[in-house]
Amino acid sequence: MTDAAELRARTAALLAAHPPATTGRTDFLRARFDAGLAWVHYPAGLGGLDAPRSLQAVVDDGLAAAGAPDNDPRRIGIGLGMAAPTILRYGTAEQKERFLRPLWVGDEVWCQLFSEPGAGSDLAALATRAVREDGADGAGSGDWIVDGQKVWTSSAHLARWAILIARTDPGLPKHQGITYFLCDMTDPGVEVRPLRQITGEAEFNEVFLTGVRIPDAHRLGEVGAGWQVARTTLMNERVSIGGASLPREGGMIGPVARTWRERPELRTHDTHQRLLTLWTEAEVARLTAERVRQQLVAGQPGPEGSGLKLSFARLNQEISALEVELLADEGLLYSDWTMRRPELVDFTGRDAGYRYLRSKGNSIEGGTSEVLLNIVAERVLGLPSEPRDDKDVAWKDLSR
Amino acid sequence: MSVPPTPSRETPPDLLYSEPEDDLRAAVRALLTDRADLPATLARAEAGDPYDPALWTALTAGIGAAGLLIPEKLGGQGASHREAAVVLEELGRVVTPAPYLTSSVVATETLLGCDTDRADIAALLTALAGGHRVAVLAVPAATAPDAPLPVLPAGAEAVTSADTVTGADTVPGVADAVRADVLLVLREDGLYVVETASPAVTVVPLTPLDLTRPVAAVTLAPGAGTRIAEGPAAEAAVRRGLLAGAGLLASEQLGIAQWCLEESVRHTKERHQFNRPIGSFQALKHRMAQLWLEVVSARAAARAAADALATGAPDAPLAVALAQAYCGPVAVHAAEECVQLHGGTGMTWEHPAHLYLKRAMADRITLGSPGRHRETLAALGDLPGPR
Repeated sequence: MTDAAELRARTAALLAAHPPATTGRTDFLRARFDAGLAWVHYPAGLGGLDAPRSLQAVVDDGLAAAGAPDNDPRRIGIGLGMAAPTILRYGTAEQKERFLRPLWVGDEVWCQLFSEPGAGSDLAALATRAVREDGADGAGSGDWIVDGQKVWTSSAHLARWAILIARTDPGLPKHQGITYFLCDMTDPGVEVRPLRQITGEAEFNEVFLTGVRIPDAHRLGEVGAGWQVARTTLMNERVSIGGASLPREGGMIGPVARTWRERPELRTHDTHQRLLTLWTEAEVARLTAERVRQQLVAGQPGPEGSGLKLSFARLNQEISALEVELLADEGLLYSDWTMRRPELVDFTGRDAGYRYLRSKGNSIEGGTSEVLLNIVAERVLGLPSEPRDDKDVAWKDLSR
Repeated sequence: MSVPPTPSRETPPDLLYSEPEDDLRAAVRALLTDRADLPATLARAEAGDPYDPALWTALTAGIGAAGLLIPEKLGGQGASHREAAVVLEELGRVVTPAPYLTSSVVATETLLGCDTDRADIAALLTALAGGHRVAVLAVPAATAPDAPLPVLPAGAEAVTSADTVTGADTVPGVADAVRADVLLVLREDGLYVVETASPAVTVVPLTPLDLTRPVAAVTLAPGAGTRIAEGPAAEAAVRRGLLAGAGLLASEQLGIAQWCLEESVRHTKERHQFNRPIGSFQALKHRMAQLWLEVVSARAAARAAADALATGAPDAPLAVALAQAYCGPVAVHAAEECVQLHGGTGMTWEHPAHLYLKRAMADRITLGSPGRHRETLAALGDLPGPR
């Protein structure tokens, strides 16, 4: 078993062989991957060393102290957080070999082609079709031809690859006839259109898929097993607890607390009470995230992590709303409505109005708060599920 | 001129439970499962005395729970606030009528703030550790750790002080005073130990909202008792006791909330209406999921306070105020939901939900209300109000 001492030694060896001061960013990241120090819990040869996940911090701390370049997990978040763990679990040897290294280094950005105009929270209702090009005589290419429309796709305009779920058998109930693919975003049938949003910007996109050809070698998992594979992706999407402890006022409460201290003329009794309540809740949420982090490090993951997104979504919305109101005359203004295409969601570098509007998405993206509350109620508390009538009906026979 | 806010510690607090803490929890829970009997509690409370002496003996002499904060050389367990917090979680889960918070935490911690080399103080702590005696700090139950303190006259010559209330010889609403052998009394000239059996003391039970933690008005004749601390040290010891009490009360509130959630989930899974278990209705599920989030968060806040007290962290007053500002409302919310989700049954005297609601509401006030603690946070976090 790889221990902390060995990881420290390997980190030192990497730094010695590739001094950050004289090594190019991408070269350093590739060397780090090849040294098994990218994600230490991954298998050897795939950027890892089969080490405990909790020991990643040993490597990260050592590299940060030496000023080594980061692979910017924010820009490649979908690849790191969603595509990679799914490929690791379900991918063939060839797929792992082909995709994980450029994904981790950041050479290839990934996006996620899951949601559709008619399938958001009820994701398994998706209608994008994938039909295998097999002639009756078996003389076809074996490729899959995909047609449909996806929506709310972050980074699609930057992405080289996409994880995609599509319906391969409409005659089966909706959870069964789905297959999971790795989609080449440069295929001529892929059209990405910016989708302008509430903030005026276009962080995400609509993606139109017209006769997109996906070779069978880019199928992930068995035909018809796409829903199981997608669950791995979705579980990883919601488990996004960072390795580091957040300092007090490290979240969205920080900017409003600073404004409060610097601008005494804005203070009112009402906003004071609300600020103190939200400051309390933000600090408790920070401690809750810290407790989840400590549980993970101790190898005792609990279900508490699934609640954090709910807490932070609500807090971000209430804190930013208070901030707009606190700013009074300035709260009536907005920085810029120009349609832009940001590469990152930048909460703290923007003004309060932006934070207020953008945080509305926090209770929708990655699972709506309503759906997450259902998941907590059913999977954590064991409450009975609501009756449903779509489970044993062929997808094509469902009303839409 | 504003002061810099209390920074967070460089090393985060340990928010998990250790193995010895898990073992302690198991022992206390087994004892309470064995002996706690809510109908019997209720019957005793109606007869004017909710305490079960056998349970107290088992908890203190058997498990040694009363001496957790007391060093071994004084007959205690030499453990810490982290362990005492675990005991309080379990006591909260069954709304146990026991003077644990008042005697084993607040009074004990107050005495530990005095000169424990003194033979009489050491002897009293040893008696508290063994559960042979019960001590209670004679302040109103709602007193926050940084609130003005009731100060009784020293004798004929009363001295007034700017931030204390002087001249009173009756202290209203002292929790668990009816069960106390000894009162710790803050007078103008110091902190006194007063035997409740003394003719100088009158303890008049009041009708409490919380039947499981009774309150009484305590009247003391001037000068009764033995002085154990003087000057600023006396007040500092009392504040130390109140701070520990407020911090660990959060764990009792966590235990209350946890039980109320579990009981609501159990009930709504079994109770059928409209030909379905009512726990399958989304309107109810979301409320219980929300409550679960609050309980999970309360656990982090309560653990942070217990750990800060145990390690003597410089931000302990902030951690305590934070836990109190958060956990009190969570316990009340959980108890209110428990009553509501039980429908008519939740309104009955037979079902224990009302005992939890009464304790939760009383706890919300005890050792400072959430609003009082938010004022403390405003000061410690450098978030001052409008001029």
